[in-house]
Amino acid sequence: MKDSKKAYNYARFGYFFSIPFVIGYIIFSLYPILYTFTVAFSDLKGLTTREYHILWDDLFKNFKTVLGLATFKTSIANTIKIWVLNFIPQMLLALLIASWFTDRRSKIKGQGFFKVVFYMPNIITAATVAILFNSLFGYPKGPVNDFLLLIGAVDKDHLINFAIKKTAAQNIVVFIQTWMWYGQTAIVLMAGILGISPELFEAAEVDGANQWQTFWRITIPNIKTIMLFTLITSLIGGLNMFDIPYSYLAGGPDNATLTAAVFIYNQAFAGAYMYARAAAASIIMFVIICILSAITFYLMRDKEAAALRKIEKEARKKFKAKQSVAGKGV
Amino acid sequence: MAVNNKNTVDIVEKKPKSVLIKHTFIYIICIFLSILSILPFWLMIVNATRNTIQIQASSISLIPSHYLSFNWKVFNGKDFNPGVGFINSLTIAAGATVLALYFSSLTAYAQIAYEWKLKNAFFSFIMAVMMVPGQVTMIGFYQMCFRFGLTNNRLLLILPAIAAPSMVFFMRQYLQPALSMEIVHSARIDGAKEFYIFNNIVLPIMKPAIATQAIFSFVGNWNNLFTPLVLLTQPKKYTMPIMVTLLRGDIYKTELGSIYLGLTLTVLPLIIVYLALSRYIIAGVALGSVKG
Repeated sequence: MKDSKKAYNYARFGYFFSIPFVIGYIIFSLYPILYTFTVAFSDLKGLTTREYHILWDDLFKNFKTVLGLATFKTSIANTIKIWVLNFIPQMLLALLIASWFTDRRSKIKGQGFFKVVFYMPNIITAATVAILFNSLFGYPKGPVNDFLLLIGAVDKDHLINFAIKKTAAQNIVVFIQTWMWYGQTAIVLMAGILGISPELFEAAEVDGANQWQTFWRITIPNIKTIMLFTLITSLIGGLNMFDIPYSYLAGGPDNATLTAAVFIYNQAFAGAYMYARAAAASIIMFVIICILSAITFYLMRDKEAAALRKIEKEARKKFKAKQSVAGKGV
Repeated sequence: MAVNNKNTVDIVEKKPKSVLIKHTFIYIICIFLSILSILPFWLMIVNATRNTIQIQASSISLIPSHYLSFNWKVFNGKDFNPGVGFINSLTIAAGATVLALYFSSLTAYAQIAYEWKLKNAFFSFIMAVMMVPGQVTMIGFYQMCFRFGLTNNRLLLILPAIAAPSMVFFMRQYLQPALSMEIVHSARIDGAKEFYIFNNIVLPIMKPAIATQAIFSFVGNWNNLFTPLVLLTQPKKYTMPIMVTLLRGDIYKTELGSIYLGLTLTVLPLIIVYLALSRYIIAGVALGSVKG
């Protein structure tokens, strides 16, 4: 009795201490989100305009316009392409490194050093990395062209102008993304593998499983949740990709590196000031992210656990049915 | 047991040749990846000390030259001002980090220490908004700032840190096993007020979590490009990442050495911080993942 009274007295502090967060969230996140939604259904544009009107006649006009724009479609296609092309090698490389570094049978020396070096690109300002690569892939003079000349891959008159080649530009953005993130993913996966109970590995060893079998039958199923977590965060980050494509070639050449986020930025802040369209585009992106995350969750869900739950449910149903029948019998 | 031992012996005997080949392969790949990580930055730093003519002659050099101060002078009177950018980035990153750490800890403490009706609902809310990407808020955020005449106000880049959902989540996960309510109870018996208990007893307990989150929050804010780019239009308020994007502009095209120097200056603080704290940062990356 005394305890519950005490808890009651102190409960208000739970509210008090949460107030700053709530106020901060309402002002700086919730209100802007609602504002974005309002703007998306309005006619707001222009650098100095403050007045805007909701388009009651044709509420989804901005959405229709944006979805009809060829550049928007290109930007979505680019975003997904760049994300997929960077995520697959990033995950494979990270899995490979993580399995090497956590191998119980053979210890790799210098792991600490390698981890520090592999993770380093991730901590450097993305804008700087993009401009650095812009310089490294410079034309006609840049380290990459110089290197290609040195090994005889190109001759003096055929140096590659990476900045005007569409595929090259896309692939460089993909490379930068992979290069910046594989170390982070590897460390995350390593933590996951090290968290698996050693007994499982010992049991597999005793049973004579080889490293390949151990990897597929024990390591992968046990880090599934962490892989899902990595996938979702990478997906959300990837679909919002802005810093690298914007700083590298500002979406060029010929919109080859135009991602959805760069498209939104260009619509709203780079000359056009089409705020309503930009707002509609960001809501479309938000919906796409939600759908893709939901699909990922669904595909990666624990099928065995789900099946088990189903069986349990059915058993309970049967049991209940039996009971009711028995009850009637009595 | 005997069989087990025999197996182990077999493995040990088999080891040398196949393992040697595999190890060599692993080390070659790892060293290659290390070179890939380091070389771009090495070239950047070396080229920062060379002049345009040297870089034109050969842009690959591992040995520094002596044009550092020459390259530095190019920045005189231009919009790219590393000193100003440094101060701006430092103010914003430090301010936002301090706010995020303090208020996230406070919010997490409210979750752990008290029983209140909306507690679980509030936590579910935090989990949900963690997934909302920042870009959805951006147009509305800009319009809000514009309407109140607050664009170019650096406080708008600092204050939103009060509500950092993912940090609250991390702090809560840390605090749950770390905080023993008995300490809180005995402090109450000694007459300590709740707010005093949080500041003087709970915060020190959270030091390890705060240190880890401080690094990531600081680096994240330092590297942030999108929000400052949208909000800041006056060059004297530019942060380092915005300054860096200026280097792509035409006025620096002929000063290759200066471009590399500019890039070097923007990342030097990060590289120093990273090399000094790399152990904690790597541990933090691993910790964040397992907890998340």
